[in-house]
Amino acid sequence: MSEKHVGRPLLRKEDPRLLRGDGRYLDDLGRHALAAAFVRSPVAHARITDIDVGDALDVEGLVAIYTHEDLPGRIAEPLPLLIPHPDLTHARTPYCLADGEVNHVGEAVVMVVATDRYLAEDAAERIQVTYQELPPVVGIDQARAAERLVHDEIPGNVAARSVQENGKGDAHEAIAAAPHRLTLDLAIERSASMPMEGKGVLAHWDADDRTLRVHTSTQTSTSVRLAVAAKLGLPPDRVEVIAPDVGGGFGVKIVHPWPEEILVPWAAMTLGRDVKWVEDRREHFISSAHERGQQQRIEVGFDGSGRLHGLSVEIWHDNGAYVPYGIIVPIVTSTQLLGPYKVGAYRVEFTSLYTNTVIVTPYRGAGRPQGVFAMERTMDAIAEHLGLDRLAVREANLIRPEEMPYDQGLVFQDGRPLIYDSGDYPTMMRMIRDLVGWDGFEAERAAAAAEGRRIGIGVAAYVEGTGMGPYEGAHVKVETTGEIVVSTGITTQGQGHYTTLAQIAADALGVGVGDVTVVTGDTRRFKYAVGTFASRAIVTSGNAVAVAAGKVAEKAKRIAAAALGGGVRAEELELADGVVRHRDDPARSIELRTVAVLSNPLRYAFDEAAKAATQFAAAVTAGDEPGLEATGYYMPERSTFAAGAHGVVVETDPETADIKILRYCVVHDCGVVVNPRIVEGQVHGGVAQGIGGALYERIVYDDAGQLVNASYMDFLIPFATEVPHIQTAHMVTASGVNPLGLKGAGEAGVIPTSAAVASAIEDAERDRAVVVRRMPISPSELYELRKGRVHV
Amino acid sequence: MTEQRHQVTVAVNGVARRAEVPARRLLADFLRADLGLTGTHLGCEHGVCGACTVLLDGAPVRSCLMFAVSADGHDVTTVEGCREPAGDLGPVQQAFLECHGLQCGFCTPGFITTITAYLEENPKPTEEEAREAIGGNLCRCTGYQNIVAAVLRAAELKREREAPHE
Ligand code: FES
Ligand code: FES
Repeated sequence: MSEKHVGRPLLRKEDPRLLRGDGRYLDDLGRHALAAAFVRSPVAHARITDIDVGDALDVEGLVAIYTHEDLPGRIAEPLPLLIPHPDLTHARTPYCLADGEVNHVGEAVVMVVATDRYLAEDAAERIQVTYQELPPVVGIDQARAAERLVHDEIPGNVAARSVQENGKGDAHEAIAAAPHRLTLDLAIERSASMPMEGKGVLAHWDADDRTLRVHTSTQTSTSVRLAVAAKLGLPPDRVEVIAPDVGGGFGVKIVHPWPEEILVPWAAMTLGRDVKWVEDRREHFISSAHERGQQQRIEVGFDGSGRLHGLSVEIWHDNGAYVPYGIIVPIVTSTQLLGPYKVGAYRVEFTSLYTNTVIVTPYRGAGRPQGVFAMERTMDAIAEHLGLDRLAVREANLIRPEEMPYDQGLVFQDGRPLIYDSGDYPTMMRMIRDLVGWDGFEAERAAAAAEGRRIGIGVAAYVEGTGMGPYEGAHVKVETTGEIVVSTGITTQGQGHYTTLAQIAADALGVGVGDVTVVTGDTRRFKYAVGTFASRAIVTSGNAVAVAAGKVAEKAKRIAAAALGGGVRAEELELADGVVRHRDDPARSIELRTVAVLSNPLRYAFDEAAKAATQFAAAVTAGDEPGLEATGYYMPERSTFAAGAHGVVVETDPETADIKILRYCVVHDCGVVVNPRIVEGQVHGGVAQGIGGALYERIVYDDAGQLVNASYMDFLIPFATEVPHIQTAHMVTASGVNPLGLKGAGEAGVIPTSAAVASAIEDAERDRAVVVRRMPISPSELYELRKGRVHV
Repeated sequence: MTEQRHQVTVAVNGVARRAEVPARRLLADFLRADLGLTGTHLGCEHGVCGACTVLLDGAPVRSCLMFAVSADGHDVTTVEGCREPAGDLGPVQQAFLECHGLQCGFCTPGFITTITAYLEENPKPTEEEAREAIGGNLCRCTGYQNIVAAVLRAAELKREREAPHE
């Protein structure tokens, strides 16, 4: 039997191409396309009273200028509400180009097309838009106060209000009856995905073939295809959408269709020319999505050992100016807040609020970092209140392995019950305790104190629902050259699917990963898919590849048995080392590529493989299909739950309040690991973003709704000098939901970071009784907290 | 109005390349659009992320902050020029492959060029120096740990490859 590939830290197949500079990202394509640029609103809330394009008309190279008035049919209508929900009672979605009103800085008002981007921007600059300004609603406080409205017809700025209870009694009664009670008010600031490559769209209309080909830097090409077809009134089979190499996504590129994904193809059809738009960094800040911003009020009732009896959480969520992606983020916060704990009676209520700011949609973690912050701050507050060890309080509340599968009694984001399939949280907590050095920390603290340094330690744990449905699929084909081609509808933005999916296919077919080529995100190759988000790609697509490759293996055995003759039965055969052979008599074998030739009864000898095959009897008979290929789908019954715990040691400067991370440790359980090297990389990247969110990154709007730090100069993404060395330890509790035992790993690293860092800072500052209730935290904010000023 | 164009001659990866460009054409756009060398990426176009880093006469510069006309008469090395002469991966590229120093690969060209120049100055960096050396480039995917490892591995590979063969 050939050596298995799943579980090995193989090098990535896609890297040599990317490293040589031969990647094909969106802006590397369409060198001769026309360029689009947009006039975007400079104000947060206004009525548009006039658009004067006169001055732009004599700009060299100008091809077209479009405003909302020019848009025909469905393109003029609001963009779709992707994920409706019964509690989302007041949904508003944006237009492709503003229809008389703008609701945030950056909203697209005019589209300009010219022969190159420089000229398109020249023209855009000369277009005069007159705005009659309206008072903006900025920030959760103003949205809650509702003295001003974002959308006149939506009372209280409330898009949705939603309540869930876990069926374990009345939370308020449980809290009231508990021996101890606490209330916490928390807040998390806005941040954003900020992939290094912004969005971009290139469209080509083939008028002869009446086919539209769209390249877009998206996390879901299949859904963009359906959206474009619907908006442009084309049969879906006339639309092809391809995600080329994509320079990071982290959530922002799952939203679709973005206005530009409709407008650029429409312009290409209208003009009969290729059109390309590439988002610049400022555009990305002011017109792509943000996340995180929430306020929370937590009431908790517990006993003297720190065990929770009841938990009631109220969340105010800033959803920005529109809700095209529904209310997924606050749903995730309210459900995943529970983490690895049993909380007694639970009630959560969220209010999703409009503000005159960029839309809010999932950014890696998708509401979980906020939920974990709430839960873990609560654990720390309980420990402080009772004078107990912070880890002891957490351990007192853990779900035990023997309680798995554990039903949390809520409805998860996928509409299915929130049932944890597997996990061993006590072991996880023991591992993080050891890894971060919890037990020896008091000695470490004393040694530091002797040098006049103050250090602190913190731990935070999470559970993450991953691999949600409804499905993914894959097509696996054995070519007559022996090459295996795997096509799947998920997209890839750096997660290494070209390697991990090849590992899964190689094992099913007994070939090397070098023999497998993986295609993702190309609707010409695979049409049915959901997309890459929510830590779902390897779980859903990986299992689909296994299903499809398994069918191919069965077919190969069937054909090989017939070809080998002599009474050999398919069940006696196995696939290994590129051949189909008899299990007990490996000399009786036939090459897999020869089987591929035999699978097509068209027996012209185009090549050597075909000639070799002519010695065998015809193997595909009536009722079978030609081709050694198959399509397979995986449809999970529900999500599978990964988990982890982070431990961090920080140092805070006694004078300047500078915050430095000394040690960062991760215990991570994502079930069966396909490629440990890649999973490790995902964890590192997530932690770096988590540290950004804990200490540096915040999107800042002023009172007028201007995004004042819309550049990498002012929005502080950590450099290498801000990210510590990360120590990881892995554990495996195989998924109880899918055949390969996989759980997702993409978002894990970012989820508990703010909570762990907050805990460590508070611990370092315990002499000064600093209480951290809001993240991120800067040195100057810590400095203010030390002086007893409330951090608001 | 028609923009005035200027003759620019730049030795890119050892080959003299000529084009007529407007004065405001960025070096990055010149490389990508005029010459078709799309390995150089633009992450911010305001000089912070370093994705667009190329080597001008061997020293790293941000090609989003420089006009093509200012590069006239100079040597430019891009990520495409960091391969071995026969086209195999250069030592820095090979090290990134071995250390999983890239995920989406968008920031990578800027790291490759920056590190290539750095190892000329400091062929045997410590881990701390390696981290410092990449401290001016942003990566949103990797958390940098594997890039730091790649700097150290690249130094090793470079020494091996440059060692006189017995
Ligand atoms: S694109 Fe030049 S530094 Fe970011
Ligand atoms: S690898 Fe994606 S930004 Fe660095």
